Amino acid sequence: MSERPTALERYSWSDALTARDLGREWRKLRINSLIIGGTILLLIVILAAICAPLLTPYDPIAMNLSEAFLPPLSPGHALGTDNFGRDIWSRIVYGARMDLQIAFLAVLFPFAFGSLMGVITGYFGGKVDLVFMRVVDVLMAFPFLILVIAIMSLLGTGMKNFYIAIGVVGWIAYARLVRGETLATRNLEYVQAATVVGCQERRIVLRHVLPNCIQPALIYVFTGMVLAVMTGATLSFLGLGVQPPTPEWGAMIAEGRQFLLMAWWMPTLPGVALLIVGVALSLIGDGLSERR
Amino acid sequence: MGRVAYIRNRLALMVFVLFGVTIVIFGMVRVLPGDPAFLILGDRATEESAAALRVQLGLTKPLLEQYWDFMSGIPQAKFGMSLLYRQPVGDLVLRRVPVSIYLAIYAMVLAAIITLTFGITAALKKGRFADHAIRVVFLLFLTTPSFWLGILLILFFSLRLRILPVAGYGETSIDHLRYLFLPALTLALGLSAVLIRNLRGQIILVQRSDYVRTARAKGLFEGQVLQRHVLRNALMPVITIFGLQFGYLVGGTVVVETVFAIPGMGQLLIQSITARDYPVVQAITLISAFLVIIVNLAVDISYSFLDPRVTYE
Repeated sequence: MSERPTALERYSWSDALTARDLGREWRKLRINSLIIGGTILLLIVILAAICAPLLTPYDPIAMNLSEAFLPPLSPGHALGTDNFGRDIWSRIVYGARMDLQIAFLAVLFPFAFGSLMGVITGYFGGKVDLVFMRVVDVLMAFPFLILVIAIMSLLGTGMKNFYIAIGVVGWIAYARLVRGETLATRNLEYVQAATVVGCQERRIVLRHVLPNCIQPALIYVFTGMVLAVMTGATLSFLGLGVQPPTPEWGAMIAEGRQFLLMAWWMPTLPGVALLIVGVALSLIGDGLSERR
Repeated sequence: MGRVAYIRNRLALMVFVLFGVTIVIFGMVRVLPGDPAFLILGDRATEESAAALRVQLGLTKPLLEQYWDFMSGIPQAKFGMSLLYRQPVGDLVLRRVPVSIYLAIYAMVLAAIITLTFGITAALKKGRFADHAIRVVFLLFLTTPSFWLGILLILFFSLRLRILPVAGYGETSIDHLRYLFLPALTLALGLSAVLIRNLRGQIILVQRSDYVRTARAKGLFEGQVLQRHVLRNALMPVITIFGLQFGYLVGGTVVVETVFAIPGMGQLLIQSITARDYPVVQAITLISAFLVIIVNLAVDISYSFLDPRVTYE
């Protein structure tokens, strides 16, 4: 934070724009355009998901075997049809509902629980912190995807269990970020002031420290969403997440894989949608973390 | 703290983490809701058969005794019997471990080549077209799910150009190189996307340092400066990032082995889940965590040898 010049520092010497100022303004513009570009892209996808019935005349699940395997740009089916004659554009648009739902729901618990754990361990330090860091060491030793899969193998497949599994594993990143920030904050004057005034520790942690330390976790939410969408799609692809015939991009790619030779469009097109959402969220996340 | 003490501490931590990992894997079956016996047999199983299976799995013994059984089996790679294959889990899994490790190392080598090529190019052409192009392309690879990338590569190289096999593993080790090229490339592209960013940043940082200016002032050729002064220093942090990404690589092999039908650990993992073969899932989870722990230890220790300036906290 201290690297950011104050308004006074920037303009007190001279009003003329130096090359350095220009460089800084250019950087700011670039970062802002990342965030704005990502947000616009994401809003388009969200809008498409909400307006799905308006954007497509077809039911994403209804089969029509007489129109199976139509290639893209066929009359009435801009992106073609799949092995059951279902319109791929409709399935992709409706699939956005599922994949966006994964992006939003799968970060809620990890963000809330992780931030709370981070501020508590960071603020109290000592034994609490020691135990916490060892737990983190152990959980970090597992490859993320394999731990999620192992948990789901016990709970059973399906989306409810996916959210549980990703909740068990996903909070660590948020906790580490908030813990680090809390360690830097807990000895600042305003915390001491709150202590001197006689605030309860509970109040200090939740009202004074947490709001000041949660920013890195908030920024990480976007990275977490990318991870969630990709993990959700991967598990659906592996047959452990969303089950057919529900339209979801990972599951659609898995279905399309069986028809690689006959219908290249079946596995490729849903992946483009996945890529668009991934890029949109990454742009926002990168932009926010660079701006900080 | 000297190097010896540092390595001793890291080893102690590793032993602790290994221990913790076994507790998590052991505890998972017992803590998470759901009866493992019914999970394995399906919901329609009778109470008698479930009770018999519980005895067979050792779930009726006291908890500490169960844990002792579990732990004492690990050194001999005994993880009980596979419920699907009716074979000792150890034999079943260990046969497939080399395949996955071959794939992982292949991916690492390709990732190193890709990272060095494009990371150095991007840094040297900073701000120019090549830099921007590399940044955009690898941003896409960063967010491309590996199962989809794998399918795209199959479509292009195997079905359109017909120069590489669609799937499988091959018979000889020369075959393996050919069969595993696309799977390894899939993993390597995702991995290099992370590494290139770091390498580019590090090179630019090191290039600004005084010792690089000195080296240039001495009249060394730019190639010599790059090789002896810039790269040696810029690569250190990248190696650390690589260690942290190793877990991603191991997770990625699961997906890629499924896409390319490679008979490795990951493919077995997915088959075992569908077949509710829990002992196999348990063993694979354990082995992959062990691999990650060992690689990270190796990275930490090699770091202390490669960079004599490293201070130990």
